[in-house]
Amino acid sequence: MGRGEKRLWLALLGLLLAAPLYLSAYHLSLLGRFLALGLAALGIALIWGQGGMLSLGQGVFFGLGGYALAMHLKLVALKPGELPDFMEWTGLASLPWWWAPFRSGVFALGAVLAVPTLAAGVLGRLVFPKRVGGVYFALLTQALALAFSTFLISQQAYTGGFNGLTNFVSVFGLSVQSGGFQLGLYWASLLFLVGCLALARWLLARPFGRILQAIGVSENRLRFLGYDPARYKLVAFALAGGMAGIGGALFTLHAGVISPAMVGVVPSIEMVVWAAVGGRESLIGAVIGALLVNFCKDWISSLFPDLWLYAMGSLFIVVVTVLPRGLAGLSLKPAALASLLARLRRDSAKATAPAAEGRCEPTRAA
Amino acid sequence: MDYQLIAGQLFNAASVASILFLVAVGLSLSFGIMGVINMAHGEILMLGGYMAYLTFHAVGGVPGVLLALAAAFCAAALLGLLLELSLIRRLAARPLDTLLATWGLGLILQQVARSLFGPIGVEVVAPGWLGGTLDLTGRLLAGVSLAHVRLFILALAALVLGGIGVFLAWTPTGLLVRAVNQDRETAQTLGVDARRIDRLVFALGTGVAGLGGAAVALIAPVTPTVGQSYIVYAFMVVILGGLGSLLGTTVAALLVGLFSAGAQIFTSVSTADVLLLVFVIGFIQFRPRGIVWRRSRALED
Repeated sequence: MGRGEKRLWLALLGLLLAAPLYLSAYHLSLLGRFLALGLAALGIALIWGQGGMLSLGQGVFFGLGGYALAMHLKLVALKPGELPDFMEWTGLASLPWWWAPFRSGVFALGAVLAVPTLAAGVLGRLVFPKRVGGVYFALLTQALALAFSTFLISQQAYTGGFNGLTNFVSVFGLSVQSGGFQLGLYWASLLFLVGCLALARWLLARPFGRILQAIGVSENRLRFLGYDPARYKLVAFALAGGMAGIGGALFTLHAGVISPAMVGVVPSIEMVVWAAVGGRESLIGAVIGALLVNFCKDWISSLFPDLWLYAMGSLFIVVVTVLPRGLAGLSLKPAALASLLARLRRDSAKATAPAAEGRCEPTRAA
Repeated sequence: MDYQLIAGQLFNAASVASILFLVAVGLSLSFGIMGVINMAHGEILMLGGYMAYLTFHAVGGVPGVLLALAAAFCAAALLGLLLELSLIRRLAARPLDTLLATWGLGLILQQVARSLFGPIGVEVVAPGWLGGTLDLTGRLLAGVSLAHVRLFILALAALVLGGIGVFLAWTPTGLLVRAVNQDRETAQTLGVDARRIDRLVFALGTGVAGLGGAAVALIAPVTPTVGQSYIVYAFMVVILGGLGSLLGTTVAALLVGLFSAGAQIFTSVSTADVLLLVFVIGFIQFRPRGIVWRRSRALED
């Protein structure tokens, strides 16, 4: 880690630690919510920025974590013999057996960690050994996000359908309305984020991290050296799934709701753009990207609701054409700016060059 | 067994397959040629749908339908060409980046459509002769009725398939397309202007998606998000078929159509969606590169 980067980390951590002192309750709750989203972006930076695997389905793991916790919150609020409101509306007679263990808080917390991690692991086990990568992997995970959200909507009796799970009363004995809960939730979000960042950094500094980076650069070369990339990809993907799951559970607490609209195709690809804006190759960059994009979204969509999609769309285009390394790749030193300009010029030169090539029609006999 | 149900679902399968083919063929060809994934393809379909809507407002009858198809094709191909010249060529051979950039473009196009036509769908009033049904009277198939409009779309897809097939197999330009598809560098070394082929294939693919949009407009209202509802299935077709193969895309479109129509006999539409994904993941366990892929000793990254 360079000295500049270290300073950035410390400055950011200081700002976040002191946030309850200078932010209003509303903005603190927003920041906490975006820190939870930052966990999903962190996972994407790990698998995409380092390992070259672009997943467009992180919303699925985010949702698995969120629904696991949300169902626990629904169940603990019940008196014996009662059913969650949406189950009664849809005429369900009794709680399905597979939701029953979620009455236990310990089980639900375990499920928040285990279910998304395992789900990502199983998918990884199915696709990585078959060398399904690159575009195929991206499109497959996107289809997964679509299937997952469609499934949640269709199974209203079991998942709350389109509206998802909401109206939580208390969390582990604390009322969701109390100020203490909000503050505690902020600290919990920050703690999990810092913990996952530290875990990711630690992993990247080990041989595992070097191999993951090598996979991102050239998987085949690594294979020739005798490694099996599939195993490393699987571990990284499961880890990113787990991080998204924790983020989803925390987000559910912040927002007071988890619904299919937060886990489908669109939110999943938005998570990728957070990481891309901050800088896909930088772990901390992805987190900063998540905070920045979401604060902008909150700000723009409340002032000019129609403008947000234009802004988001342009962001996608600008970040891949002009700033492929995101904000983390930006440096205000003159030399770095000059190289950015040079790259821009080279890109446009490269794009026009082939037109100057000679052309020749093939012989008809060919 | 209930022959009517099966025959009806088979017809549905072919109908779904024909639309999926129109959407997927451009995606597949442009990936094969240029290594780019165009996520805005669904919005190009949407453009075709709105063009058909506008044309039907001005002209009715048989010329109206033909004119709508022509307008949808031309507008979509033109937008595709502009897109290729401005954005795609900067990102050639960086598939994951084109995927994100074109997704952003798709968002912008959706919002444009929303402010021009409103968030609610616009209905295309299909001419009367497309509104009827063809009722079969065979012994086993009595009672099966085939909607004219779906037969029309089926014929359109077959025509496009035939046209692209003839173009690729027997025309000099088609030969160049196949050459660039097989080995871009070698083709360029032999003097093929690969950039011209890129533009041509991209514009052709988006044009066909525009035709698909006009076809979709005949059976359902056109909304700003109509493209989103087709694009993910189109990508499933492309994955199943093998990127860059016309034959593979055709077979895969039929397979996806058959699978979802078949699954819908037994379960709901949404469960059929989930099963389709399971089927695709299961399928690539056996054919990771799709139904048709080029055998090559070159390593793919």
